[in-house]
Amino acid sequence: MDLLRFSTAGSVDDGKSTLIGRLLFDSKSIFEDQLEAVKGASRNRTAGEVDLSLLTDGLRAEREQGITIDVAYRYFATPVRKFIIADTPGHEQYTRNMATGASTADLAIILIDARKGVLPQSRRHTAISAMLGIPHLVVAVNKMDLVGWSQDVFDKIRQDYLEFAKSVGAKEPVFIPLSALEGGNVVDRAVETPWYQGPTLLQHLETVEVGETEVAAPFRFPVQLVIRPDLDFRGFAGRIATGSVKVGDTLEVLASGRTSRVKRIHTLDGDLQEAHFPQSVTILLEDEIDISRGDLLVKHGEAPNQVREFEADIVWMDHQPLRTARPYFLQIGSRLVRAQVSKIVYRRDIVTLEKRDAEELNLNDIARIRIRAAQPVALDAYDNFRQTGAFLLIDPETNQSSGSGMIAADQPHELRNVVWSASQVDRTAREIRNGHKGGVLWFTGLSGSGKSAVARAVEAKLFGRGAQTYLLDGDNLRHGLNQDLGFAPGDRTENLRRAAELAKILADAGFVVLASFISPLESDRAQIRRIVGDADYKEIFVSTPVEECEKRDPKGLYARARSGEIPQFTGISAPYETPKAADLVLPTHQWPIEKSVAAVLDLLDRKSVHPGGEVEGAGEGI
Amino acid sequence: MGKLTHLQMLESESIHVMREVAGQFERPAILFSGGKDSIVMLRLAEKAFRPGRFPMPLVHVDTGHNYPEVIDFRDRRAAQLGEKLIVRSVEDSIARGRIVEKAGADNSRNRMQITTLLDTVAEFRFDALLGGARRDEEKARAKERFFSYRDENGQWDPKNQRPELWNLYNGRHNAGEHFRVFPISNWTEMDVWQYIEQEKLEIPSIYYAHKRRVAERQGVLMPISDLVPAKENEVVTELTVRFRTVGDITCTACVESDASTAADIITETAAARVTERGSRVDDKASEAAMEDRKKEGYF
Repeated sequence: MDLLRFSTAGSVDDGKSTLIGRLLFDSKSIFEDQLEAVKGASRNRTAGEVDLSLLTDGLRAEREQGITIDVAYRYFATPVRKFIIADTPGHEQYTRNMATGASTADLAIILIDARKGVLPQSRRHTAISAMLGIPHLVVAVNKMDLVGWSQDVFDKIRQDYLEFAKSVGAKEPVFIPLSALEGGNVVDRAVETPWYQGPTLLQHLETVEVGETEVAAPFRFPVQLVIRPDLDFRGFAGRIATGSVKVGDTLEVLASGRTSRVKRIHTLDGDLQEAHFPQSVTILLEDEIDISRGDLLVKHGEAPNQVREFEADIVWMDHQPLRTARPYFLQIGSRLVRAQVSKIVYRRDIVTLEKRDAEELNLNDIARIRIRAAQPVALDAYDNFRQTGAFLLIDPETNQSSGSGMIAADQPHELRNVVWSASQVDRTAREIRNGHKGGVLWFTGLSGSGKSAVARAVEAKLFGRGAQTYLLDGDNLRHGLNQDLGFAPGDRTENLRRAAELAKILADAGFVVLASFISPLESDRAQIRRIVGDADYKEIFVSTPVEECEKRDPKGLYARARSGEIPQFTGISAPYETPKAADLVLPTHQWPIEKSVAAVLDLLDRKSVHPGGEVEGAGEGI
Repeated sequence: MGKLTHLQMLESESIHVMREVAGQFERPAILFSGGKDSIVMLRLAEKAFRPGRFPMPLVHVDTGHNYPEVIDFRDRRAAQLGEKLIVRSVEDSIARGRIVEKAGADNSRNRMQITTLLDTVAEFRFDALLGGARRDEEKARAKERFFSYRDENGQWDPKNQRPELWNLYNGRHNAGEHFRVFPISNWTEMDVWQYIEQEKLEIPSIYYAHKRRVAERQGVLMPISDLVPAKENEVVTELTVRFRTVGDITCTACVESDASTAADIITETAAARVTERGSRVDDKASEAAMEDRKKEGYF
């Protein structure tokens, strides 16, 4: 005996609750006391005969209003299968409840009233079922008894339905003419429909194949827990979301990209050689590698792309509207990362299903949005990965599950290039992890002009925001890397060339490099710009005039230069060529240091593609 | 590759839920009364966490009206597993004046245990309680989530439940709030018995047929004891009965049965025409009885 989960959607008038009551009743899943309670309640509400819908409407508010406002779960079994029914409300204002019921369903029953035909509501239910990727669809054309079991009526509805079903990407449904009230074609075949050759509803529910696509899909295993009772056992516990795994398989850990082979697949009932969706197991690997809750195990060679920004379809479930400026938690698999909605691509009109512009989303809205996560997320399209491609957006203030999202299969072109490759750690990978770009801020100016003071203050600010920074100055290089160099013109140029090469390596490593060098010659600065690369290089001219610098003379160098003790001192006995193409000029003799620091930060924020861009907020993870 | 049976599917789902609790909460606990559903819960916890220890203690709120066979079983099972068992009693709450016991022979301690339970949550600062409630037991429970949020007063708001999609469970909460988590939500009474049979789980003897003095009351067989004396005009007879649930003595009825094994009970259950909670007197008070008690913090 296996298990089928199905959902039903429809409104009060469609007879949805009656249909479920009929399935329970005719499959003998209703107990006497439940029937007695229903009979009693029917009398209380002065309804006529026994109302089977009362079996399913659980909460008092629903019984009083005669509507189904929440998802109710019902169970019944036949000799071949156990069934879990998610009974969901049909009204527009309960779209989120419908999505809830549909999210775990293998099959959806869409109810259509034979007298009314295909209504906007039927379209909406179909679109939501399609969006939630329910593998099987049944269109139950109900109340056939009220249209004299007419084949023409049934065929017309089938034709109408198929016309729009394709447009929303719905699967080919099975159509069944039935009467929930009388019972025809629900469990037992209706004598009135000799023209209908298909199965009764229950026959179809008992025989439809489920779970095959999930087992055939690539292996995905979100790690829930690390079980480590002693040094000999270190197991990663979780439930296989898709695919299968066997002992000896090489697995890759996301996000670290480390690989190892499966040593054991542990269960309480003994080790397995092979396990598949949807088993809960504990996997042991051959190597000691760092894995914790939130990591995703995949087969080597089947790893999904990892991205920080992606598009997804979302059902908004919160009374608080979705706003693009607000921070959320993104719960995906066993991971929880901070995220922001960077834009609402479009909202889908719930009735016409047309795409509309939107500034915010309200309860029960359906939309396509773009999400930016603080850390890379495995990009499994929901179409193929119904578990790892699904996520929640959680409001960090109220802890509400505010949105239910599904990663889109069609990602926009501009996002496709920004893939974080775990197996090939490169600059982009490091930058995405850091949350900002690497680059070089080259401070040039006379000795004592305040270059290092500003650079240090800027570094402190960036570091405080969580950025990776490194301060490079002439003095510390000359103590090590450049200790073989003197102060002759050729040595000075070589000193700067090496500094530029080092700055370039650090930028490639993802750092924001703050380089503070007098670098007096235009020719040297041109070479530095060439080495670092134009896109990564920002030249900041600290323009304090020599008179002011000499007055400050923090290290007593000007005095020694004047006395001739230091030859070829820039500004005194060697030239300083004023930069012609500086990105920023800081007159520190006129500005307080805060203003200079603000100007540098402003330069970074304004040109977000340049060094340090997108640093804002990285410290809090957006 | 073999398809999973319905019991394997249910088991895998329950293990996943238990591991989510261990992963998401700091101070969870698992409720263990010695009843059959909580016995199944402990086996599932073994499946979820062995060879490690359970990352949570076992907790029982003892109404003082439990069958001694069940209490003995509770202590023995906890010891076998080598897991920590915390017991807090309604008697103590009454003695400390936290609860005033109402007079009357029909009064059950079910409602009273709410206070003791919430006091226990506060004492150990539990942020999640795992319970063995099932959606098939009663209509209000049919709408309960796996992860059910309780506010700082321990209360449930059925109209404002967090939507629960896919297998993503949102257990985020503020200090003082907690969650009730129901890993076997999707199991039916039949599934529980089939699992007890499959896993060869020991259960307290009173689940199996035994002789007991009973009287018919409100259409069910009430066991007659010091706590539940016979009323005037009631005929007390000795019958061969078993219990379908083993809650509070004062409100748990029994059914006539010859079943001496789990397999026998499965056969009987397949033929049963009354739901399991139908043998609980406390649900009969009003149509919305369970919903009202749950709102107050009842399990």
